[in-house]
Amino acid sequence: MGIFLAIQGAASQGVLWGLMTLGLFITYKILNFADLTVDGSFALGGSVSAILITSGFSPYLSLVIAFFAGSLAGLVTGLLHTKLKIPGILAGILTMIALYSVNIRVMGQANIPLLGQETMLTLTSSFGLSKTLGSLLIGSIFSAIVIAILYWFFGTELGSAIRATGSNEKMVQALGINTESMKNIGLMLSNALVAFSGALVAQSQGYADVGMGTGTIVIGLASIIIGEVIFGKRFSFWYRLMSVVFGSILYRIIIAIVLQLGMKSTDLKLLTAVIVALALALPVINEKMTRHQKRKINRLQKKTEANKKASIQ
Amino acid sequence: MIALDTVHKTFNEGTINERKALIDINLKLEEGDFVSVIGGNGAGKSTLLNLIAGVYEVDSGHIYFDGIDVTEEKEHKRARFLGRVFQDPMLGTAANMQIDENLALAYRRGKRRSLAWGIRPAEKERYKKELAMLDLGLESRMTTKVGLLSGGQRQALTLLMATIQKPRLLLLDEHTAALDPKTAQKVLELTDEIVKREGLTTFMVTHNMKDAIRHGNRLIMMSAGKIIYDVRGEEKRKLEVADLMQKFQSSAQDAIINDRMLLS
Repeated sequence: MGIFLAIQGAASQGVLWGLMTLGLFITYKILNFADLTVDGSFALGGSVSAILITSGFSPYLSLVIAFFAGSLAGLVTGLLHTKLKIPGILAGILTMIALYSVNIRVMGQANIPLLGQETMLTLTSSFGLSKTLGSLLIGSIFSAIVIAILYWFFGTELGSAIRATGSNEKMVQALGINTESMKNIGLMLSNALVAFSGALVAQSQGYADVGMGTGTIVIGLASIIIGEVIFGKRFSFWYRLMSVVFGSILYRIIIAIVLQLGMKSTDLKLLTAVIVALALALPVINEKMTRHQKRKINRLQKKTEANKKASIQ
Repeated sequence: MIALDTVHKTFNEGTINERKALIDINLKLEEGDFVSVIGGNGAGKSTLLNLIAGVYEVDSGHIYFDGIDVTEEKEHKRARFLGRVFQDPMLGTAANMQIDENLALAYRRGKRRSLAWGIRPAEKERYKKELAMLDLGLESRMTTKVGLLSGGQRQALTLLMATIQKPRLLLLDEHTAALDPKTAQKVLELTDEIVKREGLTTFMVTHNMKDAIRHGNRLIMMSAGKIIYDVRGEEKRKLEVADLMQKFQSSAQDAIINDRMLLS
C-alpha cells in the first residue's frame, strides 16, 4: 500500500515536472543547446507564482505571468549567446546565477509558504480530489495541451526553421533564416515552459523556495533519456513529446522506489547524476562492446582456420 | 546584375598571419552567365564566393545585386538572391529532417517564416516531380530522413534545394570536390541541366581544369587574390588544359599547381 501511494505521488510529481522536461527537450534535443538557465527559471516560475498568489492574484493568472517571466529569462540567455557571442553553456550559467538573486528579490525572502492560500488545487479539492490526484489531473491536462501546441508549432514554417537551426545552422542561414532569432525564440519558449512547470510545482507542494530549481537540468536530462530508452526515438514527433513526459513520470517512480528501499533522500542527486552519466555514456560503451566482440570473433575464426590447415597437413 | 566594385579582403590584418586574400577585385556578372572560377589553393576563389554570399564582410569596396548595394547586408538577408551548394555534402541539408521538409525550408528561401503549416499538400506534388527529374529514385522516399542518403544524393538534393526557389545567382563552392568521380560527373551533369532549364546565372568555383573548361560560357582564373584571366564565348570554347597551365605558370610567382589539378 505504501509503495502504491508513493507511486501515485510520483506520477503526479512526474507530470508537473514533465512540463519542465518538455521545455528542456526544446533546447537540448531540438536546438542542440545545453541550456543551464533552467535551474534558475524553474525557481523563477515558483517565485513569481507564489508572490502573486500571496498578494491576492488568481493562481491561474500567476501561471500565465510565470510563463512570460520564464520566457524573459530565456531571452537573456539567448541575447548573451547570440549578440555577445558567449558560449551557450556559460550564457546559461550566467543567467542561472543571476536568477538566484532575482528570485530572492521577487519573493522578498528566500521562500514563501502558500498555506491557506487559494491555489489551483483549491478547485480540484472542491471536487473531492486529494492533493496528489488533483496535481495529477491538472498536470495531465496541461501536459496534453502543451504537447498538442508543441506538435502544431514545430510543424509550422517557423517551427520547422527552429528544428533546422538545431540540425544545420549553416544551411539555415543560406536559406535566408536568421538563426539568432530562431535560437532566441527556442530559448524563450523552453524557459517559459520550465517556469510554468515551476509555478505548478510550487502550488502543488504549497511553497516556493529559492533552491527549488537546483538540479533541474539533470532531472530533465534524466527524464528525456529514460523516455528515449524505454519508448524509443524512431517514431513520430508527438510520440517523442509524450515519451518525454512519461520519462519524467518514470524518473519519479524510480526515485520513489529507491526511497522506499531505504536510500537517503540527500543521496538522490548523486543517483540522478550517475543515471544521466551512464545514459550519456551508453552509445560509447555499446560501440566499444561491439568492436571488442568483433575482434573476438575474428580471432576465433583465424584460430579455427589455422587449426583446419594444421589438421590437413 | 551582380557587380563587385574594388573589393578588398585581408585576413588577420596587422598580425604575423596577415594574408591578403583579395586585392582590388572588379567583377561584373551578366544575366545568364555561367562562370567557372579556377585557381590554386589560396588564390582567393572561395573567399570571393563567400564575400558574395555574405559569410565574410568586405574590408573595402561594394557589392551590388540588381543595383542594390548589399555590402552591409548579413548572410541570411542576402539569401533571398542566392542559391548555394557547398563543398561538404553534409552542409547543404538538415540530416535529421525529412527530404520533403528540407525542400519546404528551401522553397521558402527569402520569405518570412509564419505560423502557417510547414508543408502544403500541393507542394508535395511539386517536390515529387522535381525529385523525379533528379533520376535518383528519391521521389518515392520523400519522408526519409536526409541523414540516410549518400553524399552524392545529398548533394543532388542540395542542388535542387538551391534552385527550387529560382535564385538570381547560383553559387557552387567546389560542390563536386568531395564526391567520387562518377558521382561528381553525375552531379555536374545535373547542374548543367538545371542551369540550362532555369536559365540561371551561375558562379562555380572548382579545382578541376577540365570541368572549368567543359562547363559554363565564361572562365575566370585567380591567383594570389587577383583575377588574372577572364575569357568568355568563342575564346573560352577553344581553351585547353595546356593553355590554362601556361597561364598559371606565366602569371603568378607563387601559384603552385597542385597534383589534384594536374591529375584530374
